Amino acid sequence: MNTFLLLALVPLLPFLAAGITALLKREQRGLSATLVIGAQTVACAISLFLFAGAITAKSGAIVHNFPWLTFGNDTLRLGLLLDPLSAGMGAMVSFVTLLIFIYSVGYMKEDRNFTRFFTFLSLFSGAMLGVVYSNSLLLTFICWELVGLASYLLIGFWFHKPSAAAAAKKAFITTRVGDMGFLIGMFWLYKAAGTLLFYDNGAGCLEQAALATMAKTMVGGLAVSNIIALLIFCGAAGKSGQFPLHVWLPDAMEGPTPVSALIHAATMVAAGVYLVARVFPIFTATGAPSVSLTVVACIGAFTALFAALIAVAQTDIKRILAYSTVSQLGFMMLALGVGSVGAAMLHLIAHAFFKALLFMGAGSVIHGVHEEQDIRAMGGLWNKMPLTFATYAIGMLALAGFPLAFSGFWSKDAVLHAANLWPVSQLPFKMAAAAAFLTAFYMTRQMFYVFFGSYRGHTHPHESPVVMTLPLVILAAAAVLFSLVATPAWPWFEDFLAGHNAGFELAALREPGFLHVALTSTAIVFSGLLLGWFIYGRRPLSGVDPIEAASASAYNTLANRCYIDELYDATIIRLVALTGEISAWIDRTILQGAVNATAGFSFLISYLSDGIDRFLINFGFDHSCNALREYGSGIAGCEGGRVQGYLRVLGVGMVVLLAFLGWLLV
Amino acid sequence: MLTATLLSSFLGVALILLLPVRWGQAAKWIALLSALLGFGFGVAAFRGYDMTPQAYPIQSMINLPWVERLGIGFITGADGISLVLILLTGIIALAGVLFSWNVTQQPRAFFALFLTIIGGVYGVFQSLDLFLLFVFYEIVIIPKYFLISNWGSTNREYGAMKLTIYSVAGSALILLVLLGIYVVNPDVSLNLIALAKYKFPHGFQLWAFPVMFLGFGILAGLWPFHTWAPTGHVAAPTAVSMLLAGIVMKLGSYGALRVAMTLFPYGLEQWRMAIAILATVGLLYGALVALAQRDLKFVVGYSSINHMGFVLLGLVTLNTIGLSGAVLQMFSHGIIGGLLFAVVGRMIYDRTHTRDLGALGQMGLAKALPFAAFTFVIASAASMGMPGFSGFIAEISILLGAWKAFPMLLIFAAIGAIITVAFTLRALQRSFFPAHESAIEIEPHPYAPISLPERLGGAILMAATLGVGLFPKILMDPILRSFESPQSLMHHLIREVTK
Repeated sequence: MNTFLLLALVPLLPFLAAGITALLKREQRGLSATLVIGAQTVACAISLFLFAGAITAKSGAIVHNFPWLTFGNDTLRLGLLLDPLSAGMGAMVSFVTLLIFIYSVGYMKEDRNFTRFFTFLSLFSGAMLGVVYSNSLLLTFICWELVGLASYLLIGFWFHKPSAAAAAKKAFITTRVGDMGFLIGMFWLYKAAGTLLFYDNGAGCLEQAALATMAKTMVGGLAVSNIIALLIFCGAAGKSGQFPLHVWLPDAMEGPTPVSALIHAATMVAAGVYLVARVFPIFTATGAPSVSLTVVACIGAFTALFAALIAVAQTDIKRILAYSTVSQLGFMMLALGVGSVGAAMLHLIAHAFFKALLFMGAGSVIHGVHEEQDIRAMGGLWNKMPLTFATYAIGMLALAGFPLAFSGFWSKDAVLHAANLWPVSQLPFKMAAAAAFLTAFYMTRQMFYVFFGSYRGHTHPHESPVVMTLPLVILAAAAVLFSLVATPAWPWFEDFLAGHNAGFELAALREPGFLHVALTSTAIVFSGLLLGWFIYGRRPLSGVDPIEAASASAYNTLANRCYIDELYDATIIRLVALTGEISAWIDRTILQGAVNATAGFSFLISYLSDGIDRFLINFGFDHSCNALREYGSGIAGCEGGRVQGYLRVLGVGMVVLLAFLGWLLV
Repeated sequence: MLTATLLSSFLGVALILLLPVRWGQAAKWIALLSALLGFGFGVAAFRGYDMTPQAYPIQSMINLPWVERLGIGFITGADGISLVLILLTGIIALAGVLFSWNVTQQPRAFFALFLTIIGGVYGVFQSLDLFLLFVFYEIVIIPKYFLISNWGSTNREYGAMKLTIYSVAGSALILLVLLGIYVVNPDVSLNLIALAKYKFPHGFQLWAFPVMFLGFGILAGLWPFHTWAPTGHVAAPTAVSMLLAGIVMKLGSYGALRVAMTLFPYGLEQWRMAIAILATVGLLYGALVALAQRDLKFVVGYSSINHMGFVLLGLVTLNTIGLSGAVLQMFSHGIIGGLLFAVVGRMIYDRTHTRDLGALGQMGLAKALPFAAFTFVIASAASMGMPGFSGFIAEISILLGAWKAFPMLLIFAAIGAIITVAFTLRALQRSFFPAHESAIEIEPHPYAPISLPERLGGAILMAATLGVGLFPKILMDPILRSFESPQSLMHHLIREVTK
C-alpha cells in the first residue's frame, strides 16, 4: 500500500474521530469511546507497521511533499516524513496514547462529559501524531498549536474547578510566549533557506545547501543558523517546560489524571525535545558545540537540577511527578545540547513509558483513596492496592535509574555519559548527576509516604478496576523490557536513529568511559535511595515533613516552587496588566476625551452662535419686524375680509364715479 | 447574479415598508428571505467567477450611463476580493437576521433599516464608479444611527451620535479627495478602472492618499481614530454590532485598498511606513485595552481593533502574501467578530442583562448555557488564530508578509498575538467559568434555552470560519487572482520582485 496514504492516515484517523464525536450527543458515551479507541487502534497499528518497515528498510527516509497554498513567489508546502526518528517517536506516541485511552474509559466513567473528553483526547492524538510525522516546519507549527489547544481544553476539562480553568489559561499563555519565538524562527528560516520543508531532495532546509548558507550568514556576530535554532528552541522550551517557561506544567496537573499521563508526561511535553531533535541539523550547522547547543545544554542541565530540587518539597502526588517530568525533560535537553540525539530520544521513549506508568499509577491511587492527592493523607497502600503498588514500584525504580533491569538506568546513563564527554564544560554533567541523586531521593520519599507505614487518611482505599490496572501492567513490562534494547552493548536504538544496522558488542559494556559513568550513577542512585530511606523510611511519618522540621525556610522555599510564579506575577504579569490599564486609561481619557472635547467645543460654538443669533442679530431683526408689523396692521384694516364692507366701498365708489361722470357731462 | 444581491436587499426594504403595521411580525420573515436570496446570489456569483488565466479579473460588469455630464456611471462588477466580501456580507446578513429573531419593538422599521445597510454594503463591494461607491457608502451611515439610538443599549445615543459623526467626518475627507480628482484628472470620469490607469501627479498623491486613507481608515478602526468602534459596538443592538464588526469595518479597509491604495500608489509608498506603525500600535493597543476591560462587550469591541490592526498591517506590506492575508483576515474577522458579538449580545446579555465579567463569573454560565459556552470557546479559538479556523491562515500570511516588509514590527505584532491569547482566555474564563470555589455549588439560573434561530446563526458562522480554516484555497484562489493577474487593478501594488 502507498506509504503516503498510510502516513497520512495515522494523524487523520484520530482527527476524523474527533470531528465525528464532536457532533455526538452527551448520552452517546459508548459510541464516542468506541470510535476514538477504534481509530486510535488502527492508527497505532499503522504506525507500528511503519516502524517495523523503517527498521528493515534499506533506503533512508521516505518523504512526501505537496503544495498547500501559493502566494506569488511564496509556495507554502507541507509534507510527511518517515525516517527512523519519526518512526520511533510515532510508534511510541500512538502506543502510549492508545493505552491511556483505554485507561480513561475506567477513570472517566463517572464523568458527565465523558463523550466530550474522548473528542478532545482524539484531537490531541491527531495533532501530536501530526507533529511527529511532519516534514515541514509549517505543518509542525500548525499541529503544534493544535496540540496546545487540545491541551488547553483537557487541562480545563473540569472547568467547574476555578484552579483548572486558571491552569489551562496559564498553560496556553506560557506556551504561546515560546511559540511566538518559534514563529519568528520559522519565518527567519523561511527567509534564510527559502523553504520550510525539512527534506526535499537536497533543497530542504535541513539539507546541506541550506545549512551551509545559514552557517555562513552572520547577523550581529552570530550565524543565522544559531539564531534560528535558538528561536525555535523558545517554542520547544515552552512546550517541554524548560526554565524559565516551566511554570505551567505543574499547574497543568489540574486536568484529569489520564490527561496528565498522556499529555503532560509522555507525549506533548516531549514534543519540544522531539522538535529540537528534528531540526538538530540547524543547531549543528556551524559545527558540534555550537552557541545554540551550548544554550540548550545549560538550560537543560539547570532545569533538571532545579525541578528536582522543587520536587523534594511537594506534597501533591501528581505535582511531584510533574516536577520530575520537568527535570527529566531537562535531562533530554541536556543530551541534545551536548550533541547526542540518540541519548535524548532514548531517554524520551524510556521516560514516556515509565512516566505514563507512574501517572496512571498515581491516578489509580487517587481513584482508590477517593480523589485524595495529598501524599500526607495516604500511607500503607501497598497491601490495599497490590497491583498498583507493584507497577508503581517498577516505574519508580525506572525513574530513579535503578541499575540493570530498568530502562531508566540505561537511558539516564546514556545522557550522563554524553554530558561527561562534552568538551565545553563538566558543569552540566555535575548538575545532571546531582539531579539524578535527587530523583532517587524524592521518589523514595514519595514511595514511603504513599505505600508504606500506616494509612493516614479517612476513607477505605480499594484497588482499581482491570481496565485501569491492565495498562499499568503493560507499561510496567515496557519499562523493564525497553532496557533490553537500550544498553550500550546493543545500541540498537541509537544506531537505528543514525540509520545503520546495529552490531551486538558486549565489549561496549567494558569500555572505561561508560563503566566509569555507570558505576558513578549506580552509586548516586543508591545513595539517593538510602538517604530517602534514612529520612522517611525509618519511623512513621506525621504531618510535618522531616526536612521541614530540620530547615523550615529551605523547605518552604522549595515547596513554594522558589517563588518563580510570584516573581512572574510581580513583574511580567503586573507589567502587562499595568500597560493594559494605562492604555485603557489613554483610550478613556485622552482619545475619547479629545473626541468629547471636540464635541463639547462644537456645542459651545453652537450655543454661542445661538446667543449671537438671539441677542444681536435678532434684536435688529425683531425691531424691523415690529415696525413692519405696526405699519402692516394699519394697512390690514383695509382688508377686513367682510363682503358687506367691500360692497359698501364699491357702492360708494360707484356713486362717486357716477357723480364725477355727471359733472364732466354737464 | 451580482446586482441581484443589491436588488434583493432593497426589494426586501420596499416590501417591509409596504407591510401593514399589524403584520409587523412578518417583517423578520421578509428580512430572512431577502438575506437568504442575497446570500444565494452572492454564492452564485462567487461560483460563477471565472478563474482561467485569460479571463479579465473583474467580471459580471454592468455599465449604465447615469450623470454623463459629470462622468458618473452606474458601473458594477466584482473581482475575487469583492466576491469574498460579498460572500461575507451574505453570511453576516443571514446570521444577523437570525440573531434578531427576538426583536419585537417596531420590527418593520428595524428590519427595513437593517436591510438598507446590507444593501448599501453590497453596493460598496461591487461599485466600480467612485461616486456610486460613495453613494452606497453614505447609504450605510444613516440607518446605523437610528438602529443604535432606537434599539441599542448602554449609552446608546452617545454611541450612535459618535459613530455617525465619525463616519460623516470620514466621508467628508473622502469627498474632498473625490472633488480633487475632478480637478486634477483631465478627462472627466469617476470610473475606477479608468482612474486606476491614470497617473495622478505626485504632489497631489502626497496629500490625497493620506486624506483618503484616513477617511476610509476611520471606519476600519485605524488607531487613534478608532474610538467610535468600542462605544458604537457596545451601544448597538446585537445584530448591528455584528454588522459593524462583521462588514461595516470592512467597508473602511476595502475602500482603503480599492480606492486610496489603488489610485495613489506614490502616496502609498510615502506613507506606508507610518500606516504600518499605526496598524501595529492599533493591534497591540487593542489587545492591551481589551485585557483591562470589565465589560465583556468592550473586550470584544477592542478585539476588533486588534484584528483590524492585522488587516491594515497586511495591506501595507505590499507583497502578495500580506495583501491576500489582509483580505482573508477581513473575511475571517467578519465572521469571528460577528460570532463573538452574537454570543455576548444575544446569547448572554439578552438573558442575564449584565455583561460585567465579575457578575458573569458568579452565574455558572457554562452549566446554564452550554451551547453558548461551546460557541464562545470555538469563537475564542478562532479569534486567537488557532489552526483549523480562518484566522490562522489569515494571520500567518499577514505576519509572513510583515516579516518581509517590516521585520522589526513583527516583534510587536508577535507580542500582540500573545496578548490576544491572554485577553481572549481571560474573557472566556471570567464569563463562563466560576471565579471562586464558592461559585461551584451555585445552581445555575434557569435561563431560556438557546433558541433555534440562535443555534442556526451560530452554526452558520462556526461552519464558515471552520470551513475556510480547513479549505482556505476556496477563498484564497480568487483573492490571489485579483492581485496577481497582470490585468488586475491592484497588480501594481505588489512590490516584491518576481523570481
